[in-house]
Amino acid sequence: MKYELVIGLETHVELSTDSKLFCSCGGHAAANEPNDCVCPACSGMPGMLPVTNKHAIELAVKAGLMLNCKINQYTTFDKKSYYYPDLPAAYQITQWFNPVCVEGTVEVGERKIGIKQIHIEEDAGKLVHDDATNTSLVDYNRTSVPLIEIVSKPDFRSSDEVITYLKKLKSALQFAGISECEEGAMRCDVNISVRPEGTDKLGVRSEIKNMSSFAEIKDAIEFEKVRHVDAIERRTEMLVQETRRWDEVKRRTFPMRNKETAADYRYFPDPNLMPIIIDDEWLAEIKASMPATAEEKGQKYVAMGIASKEAAVLASDAKLCGMFDEVVAMGREPRSVASWILTECMSRMRYLGIETLNIAPQKLSRIIELVDAGEITRAAGKKVLAAVFENDVDVDKYCDEQGFNAKVDEGAVLAAVKAAIAANPAAVADYKGGKEKALGAIFGACMRELKGNGDPAVVRELLTKELNK
Amino acid sequence: MAKYITEINKNGNIAVDDTILVKDIPATAGSKMLENFVPLFSAEAVERVLAAGYTLSGKTAVGEFGLDLYGETGINDICAAASLVKEGSVKAALNVDLNGAPRRAAALEGVTFVKPTYGTVSRYGIIAAACSGEQIGVTAKNAATAAEVLAVIAGYDEKDGTSLKDANNIDYNSEAPAKGMKIALVRELYAAADAAVKAKIDAAAATYKAAGAEIEEISLQNLAEINTAWTILMSAETTNNLSRFDGVKYGYRTEKYKNIDELYVGSRTEAFGFLTKATIIYGSDVLSKGRYEDCYDKALRIRRKAVEALTELFAKYDALLMPAFSKAEYEFYPVENAFSKVYEESIFTAPASITGMPAVVSSGVQLVGDYFCDGKLIALAKALEKEEA
Ligand SMILES: [Zn+2]
Repeated sequence: MKYELVIGLETHVELSTDSKLFCSCGGHAAANEPNDCVCPACSGMPGMLPVTNKHAIELAVKAGLMLNCKINQYTTFDKKSYYYPDLPAAYQITQWFNPVCVEGTVEVGERKIGIKQIHIEEDAGKLVHDDATNTSLVDYNRTSVPLIEIVSKPDFRSSDEVITYLKKLKSALQFAGISECEEGAMRCDVNISVRPEGTDKLGVRSEIKNMSSFAEIKDAIEFEKVRHVDAIERRTEMLVQETRRWDEVKRRTFPMRNKETAADYRYFPDPNLMPIIIDDEWLAEIKASMPATAEEKGQKYVAMGIASKEAAVLASDAKLCGMFDEVVAMGREPRSVASWILTECMSRMRYLGIETLNIAPQKLSRIIELVDAGEITRAAGKKVLAAVFENDVDVDKYCDEQGFNAKVDEGAVLAAVKAAIAANPAAVADYKGGKEKALGAIFGACMRELKGNGDPAVVRELLTKELNK
Repeated sequence: MAKYITEINKNGNIAVDDTILVKDIPATAGSKMLENFVPLFSAEAVERVLAAGYTLSGKTAVGEFGLDLYGETGINDICAAASLVKEGSVKAALNVDLNGAPRRAAALEGVTFVKPTYGTVSRYGIIAAACSGEQIGVTAKNAATAAEVLAVIAGYDEKDGTSLKDANNIDYNSEAPAKGMKIALVRELYAAADAAVKAKIDAAAATYKAAGAEIEEISLQNLAEINTAWTILMSAETTNNLSRFDGVKYGYRTEKYKNIDELYVGSRTEAFGFLTKATIIYGSDVLSKGRYEDCYDKALRIRRKAVEALTELFAKYDALLMPAFSKAEYEFYPVENAFSKVYEESIFTAPASITGMPAVVSSGVQLVGDYFCDGKLIALAKALEKEEA
């Protein structure tokens, strides 16, 4: 018999706000040491009252608009109670009764995936176990950091669809400035069951908790599919509805302790937070602030003279197009910027094995400016870029230190040409004997002599002139 | 029993109950759970009295988390603030009215307590139990003095999400004459009180009549429902708010634990008193799966009905006249009965607690009025006090 996968996703992402959800502490990003970003409110001290961060509501609404959701213009916060040391007040403020967004859709390939709801909630802290002293320490930097949970309907039929959806979601959230979606910061709970193809009844469901790597999510789904099908066909085990975790080392899922999952959260409306009314005017403001989509960005780039294929690559990645927009805004020529990002930066990233472009736009802009003005050669520019990637050097200072200067006078070039000819008699003989190719070796020696400076065209011209004397 | 849990300044003129935070001064909320807790900031109401030039005398004893009526912590504790005011050692006291305790204390001690309209005095800095109903009020020897201090602490505060912008527009020093006012005497609550309390209500009614007000007996039929609903809401919220006291971060921690569950259970079992535990158990139950709709959610619906019913009454009447407590003297009850005794007695205080409407206790009687009519109630209390003097 053929089986079909039925998967639903609950995806948590952190909102890009300057402060936490209910207090003025900076987000975890502002923290250096454990418990750096903590106040009486987010550490659960008595006497503090929550005050809602309006920006978090706006970002959640933006996410809803992007996923074609209906926006609940009357939305409320509720309390979810459970005891754990990473939750200082022993309750989490979330949205249980009236989530901010409901009933959306996302296109994944040919199919439409339904979005059940998007709700806002606060994150919990972090426990650090110190084996040396056999104690547990708590870090509240993350407590009350705003998250949204995007709950899909059980509409996925393959692990590929899940990954396509997650990639699409990530790029859309980054694009709209809703979430940075940093490495590992997108956390998923995967609800999965199987059923014979062509049937409607849902099978026994297992939930794999707290996954963040896309590759691991794919493997976990494939593992679960085999486990479920084996259980049904070969009766290897009795399937029960349960929560499981993926073990990245053993490459399989394990059931989580029942205790962690059988809690009664005793939800009720938070009496300290008035219902939030998103009136038509506010909603219109949020709609108006939605950024251009990737398609719209791509079209804009083409109009700026960028080839359509390059424009599409730039527009598909929030970091790349962010860099492009900033550097162009600094006055650099768009085609030149596109070429530096797509060729030089990306090859550097591949070389260093990093996934996100995170150098300072000012530095890239300065390099392009120097090269385009003929102050340094492109070859020298590439070297500066490499140093910026690796050591975040100051562009002008580095050029000075390295002696990069494309404007070398003719006398110096001539001296280098003569030195290169003197040092490579064999190549010179070959060239004079008619082997045109030998010129490359002498030219290379010449450029080395000049430490990469000098206009290559001038160098070549002087070199051939000297050889043909 | 000592009236102060922590004394601040012998010459201070404002006492603050121990569920209200004062920076750097221990705050126990009357519980062993918080016996070593020192807050990092002061309540907004405290900041405001200090800014107005008052000085703090100390932190007065309260029943545990303001829940207790009597029994567990004893009469001296419950009436600590009211008796300090009565003996004249302070001008006024700030008290949290969670479930009517300062109203009852004022009735018993013969002083005045004003519970203002919910949302008009910031709750920032209260060791919270029942957020949807609790409110800081003022105990003083008379209504005029209470009004003076209330005017200082009231007003919008952005740190409290339920604080009302309209809070700035109340005239607490109203001298509205009782003449021409219509006052409704709540029949069921009058009937539930003992003879000495009835006599005080009769005297108040006679004073108002003499001043030219109209007194009309009315029936509030859903009082029992209102009281149960309030008890459900109060217990549930208290359960939730007290769950932060787990022995992990501050406060009491048991010495006997080997893992986190034992730390929680041991600390809470050893530190909470009987009534608090009973409230927590009751509050957990009404929020639990399968019970929520019939208990908590129903209580929310009854609250809305109560607001409608009382609002309708206040279209006709200026105030409701009723007892604050069934007895004129404290009676001692064994602790095991505390939860049901509190429930029985809160029938007098629940209408103002569940709706958030203002209430004033003066001359041993309670007046309840419409939202933002605090000034009118204060004026009515002044009329009673003039008669007494
Ligand atoms: Zn904070």
